[in-house]
Amino acid sequence: MKFAVVVFPGSNCDHDAYHAAKHVLGQDAEFVWHKDTSLSGADVVVLPGGFSYGDYLRTGAIARFSPIMRAVSDFANAGGPVIGICNGFQVLLEAGLLPGAMLRNRSVKFQCEFVHVRVEQTDTPFTAACRSGQVLRLPIAHGEGNYYAEPDVVERLERQRQVIFRYTTADGAVTDAANPNGSLNSIAGICNERRNVIGLMPHPERACELAVGSDDGLVVFESVVQSVKMGSGVIFGGQSAPVAVGQGTGVLEK
Amino acid sequence: MTPDPIFAATTSTITESVLERHGLKPDEYERILKAMGREPTLTELGIFSVMWSEHCSYKSSRVHLKTLPTTGKRVLQGPGENAGAVDIGDGLAAVFKIESHNHPSFIEPYQGAATGVGGIIRDIFTMGARPIALLNSLRFGPLDLPLVRRTLTGVVAGIAGYGNSIGIPTVGGEIGFDESYTGNPLVNVFCLGISRADEIIKGTASGAGNPVYYVGAKTGRDGIHGATMASAEFDDRSAEKRPAVQVGDPFMEKLLLEACLEVMKTDALVGIQDMGAAGLTCSTSEMGSRGGAGVEIDVSLVPQRETGMTPYEIMLSESQERMLLVVKKGREAEVERIFEKWDLHAAHIGHVTTDGRMRVKDRGTVVADIPNTALTDEAPLYRRPMQEPAYLTEARKLSLADLPAPATPAVIFAQLLASPAIASKRWVYRQYDHMVRTNTLVLPGMGAGVVRIKGTSRALALSTDCNGRFVYLDPFVGAQLAVAEAARNVACAGAQPIGATNCLNFGNPERPEIMWQFARAVEGIGAACRALDIPITGGNVSLYNETDGRAVLPTPVLGVVGLLEDADRVVRRTFRAEGDVILLLGESRAELGGSEYLKVMHQLVRGVPPSIDLAREAALQRVLVAGASAGLIRSAHDCAEGGLAITVAECCFDTGLCAAVDVNQVTAGDVRFDAVATLFAESASRVVVSIESGRVAEFLTLAGKEGVPVTRLGEVGGRAIRIAIDGHPAIEVPVAEAEHIWATAVESYFDPKDANVR
Repeated sequence: MKFAVVVFPGSNCDHDAYHAAKHVLGQDAEFVWHKDTSLSGADVVVLPGGFSYGDYLRTGAIARFSPIMRAVSDFANAGGPVIGICNGFQVLLEAGLLPGAMLRNRSVKFQCEFVHVRVEQTDTPFTAACRSGQVLRLPIAHGEGNYYAEPDVVERLERQRQVIFRYTTADGAVTDAANPNGSLNSIAGICNERRNVIGLMPHPERACELAVGSDDGLVVFESVVQSVKMGSGVIFGGQSAPVAVGQGTGVLEK
Repeated sequence: MTPDPIFAATTSTITESVLERHGLKPDEYERILKAMGREPTLTELGIFSVMWSEHCSYKSSRVHLKTLPTTGKRVLQGPGENAGAVDIGDGLAAVFKIESHNHPSFIEPYQGAATGVGGIIRDIFTMGARPIALLNSLRFGPLDLPLVRRTLTGVVAGIAGYGNSIGIPTVGGEIGFDESYTGNPLVNVFCLGISRADEIIKGTASGAGNPVYYVGAKTGRDGIHGATMASAEFDDRSAEKRPAVQVGDPFMEKLLLEACLEVMKTDALVGIQDMGAAGLTCSTSEMGSRGGAGVEIDVSLVPQRETGMTPYEIMLSESQERMLLVVKKGREAEVERIFEKWDLHAAHIGHVTTDGRMRVKDRGTVVADIPNTALTDEAPLYRRPMQEPAYLTEARKLSLADLPAPATPAVIFAQLLASPAIASKRWVYRQYDHMVRTNTLVLPGMGAGVVRIKGTSRALALSTDCNGRFVYLDPFVGAQLAVAEAARNVACAGAQPIGATNCLNFGNPERPEIMWQFARAVEGIGAACRALDIPITGGNVSLYNETDGRAVLPTPVLGVVGLLEDADRVVRRTFRAEGDVILLLGESRAELGGSEYLKVMHQLVRGVPPSIDLAREAALQRVLVAGASAGLIRSAHDCAEGGLAITVAECCFDTGLCAAVDVNQVTAGDVRFDAVATLFAESASRVVVSIESGRVAEFLTLAGKEGVPVTRLGEVGGRAIRIAIDGHPAIEVPVAEAEHIWATAVESYFDPKDANVR
């Protein structure tokens, strides 16, 4: 199976995602340039971390207008598995493929460190191989990862089980101290209603080998490999109205 | 000689005050007249002033730098290019350099530090190498001063803002504190990249008629005379120089980085150089000079951000993120296409000539015409007067008998753990992305920064070090200690030191005492590098680090690169398992001179620094590398600030493990200080290692072969850090208590909302 790693001009975790897919998992992987219009037959799309177009305006704000994002949106609307990591998550929010927005970390500083996240739901292509409640030790590296959405949006996310990862202690307890950036409900990652599009701030691709501190992130990639092989349509075929790029539900835009 | 009519109109503008504003001395102006054979135009004068500034010409330091060892079997590129390079096997080269951005970082901390990072990254990718690691060596005044906290906050944010965005991990470095840095912080940035050994690119212009391209950010009025500013002391009017600090754009740099590396993969490129200090002036003259050619450009073709810029301003602008390229004639379209892919516009601004001159035109009219050699080779060279500083005799006297009785070891231990020089720098390094590119094997705070080289079994260990107090008290020995410490740190990780770069931060070289410090320090670096077989492949000199006539501690920062043949054998600072045996390698002596103990407990910078025997140091490092390679060493940590007691504690931190050790007493000459000297003296060439108990004998054999003294200190385990002297308990503290002091001391100086303890 093939991973497409989208490369925006300011992507900087593109090589890390590629390395994880290709060299650690032994899967096919290909970089896709942001000016391309086709995902060339990929089975999974990764929007990697970085700072897409400089992000001087707002993280991910310009990336959503990239030619490739039309193809990513079509792929997502057809039920294809899409994962946005860090800046990739921010791009998904701006593109309206996921609801909510990112505020600056409550420390008002960039933070790079290992955190713990609990897997909240396993019925997504990126968590299918996890145990429910499994705690993963993953790095974060962001200045704007403080997840925010209007109360009704957060309520809906919780009710529809769209919160996929939550910051916790190593034992899986949700505490304010274990929340590194101030995210509402300690939200670290969410999915769309159809459950095939996931965004998360921590970097599973940076935690795929013990040599670099943790291999807890591997299960995220193993999940999608397993899911695609089983046929994503069977497990993740929930119906919901397609969302068009540009009609964001990013609350800060209203 | 009759002046050329083109230049005649402007000659009268050069008055004494014009020269002074350009930082040129009267005798230097005489030299310009001689080199030119006529009076220069104002544009030409500006060009000379930046090229002959201390920052660009190394006019005070060159005679000394020439004495450093710069060759070796692994050296692929020594000093003189944008960066140095060493062979690391597998057909690969490590390309690295350290550079200062001290003056801009005081005037405007965020942008000063950010553009320092940007500049050194360009130096590395200009050589055809992909940058994979950054380190920074920082010095500030005491943290209790609000000005210092503001400067540090801005500098750290600037380093983070640039490095994090561009996606190069900041994997290590160090921070020191002393009053002398209050008004003149040091911001030294080290960058390392990897290239194919046979594909290193040079900054050369050659081939008459080859087109010269300008690519990157547009030229503005920012940074004009930045190089001249960096070559003058600070006073209370320094803030007025703020417009001379540039503003960084990491996104532009990321585009340049990727596009240039892509262009380099073609063979259409002749040479490339970034426009750093002295901008377009330096890049055109240096490229021409290296290639034995001339470069002719027309400034009206240079992309400009502002209107009405004069040739003078365009030539001297230090706007960031700009590159100059010489391309093979006929291959222009290919190169332009690559830049367009990255949304960059490559502007064709001139061509290479055969006459060895830098010729600058403005819409076809010549505005400057200077032989390249006049700017580079014929730049002034000073053998400045030197004199041993008067302070030394007094400062080197340390009479323990005259000191008040020391506090108890437990009290001293706690206070040293809280000293910002020793305490955890997590508040700083968590703001740096230190994991991007997934190569970081040793995280910040765990020893030397170690990055693996994907596609090989190898890794590189990197360390920057310098104890300015030691250099202040004895520049020759202090500089040797700096080399030894940086090399020892990479050896602790299990890496063989293979190359070094230095950043020499000193005061005003026109003062004979400063020049003496400088010369003695360079001699010390040379002696240590020769003894340890570590060639210097380049570096940077930053002089005039003074505020209101007071110089910073002389701070020659050494950046050492070490090679680990087997990345899996990397060693970290921390203990691994209960029951492991703790050993001390090296000898302890009652050397309290220049110690953190004297500074923290007695507010003194006095005495002679620890002695160093370079042959013993080399033997110690061989044992560390061989021991790691054989998988014998489970952890290794250098004894530095705070001495043996602090080192043992640091081996416990971040592990949950404890240690019980018993150390041999040394005698200090004053019995009141025996315990202090035993626990907190900073004797060099010492490392605390832990070894699996079943393999201790094997390790002792290895150390014995090299004649390295080994003392068994104790074992990993228990519930507290327990340190005894000859069987008598001296320190016993629960590890959590000690670790809390160490972990929170630095962040406690800053806004509590930043603390965010998990």
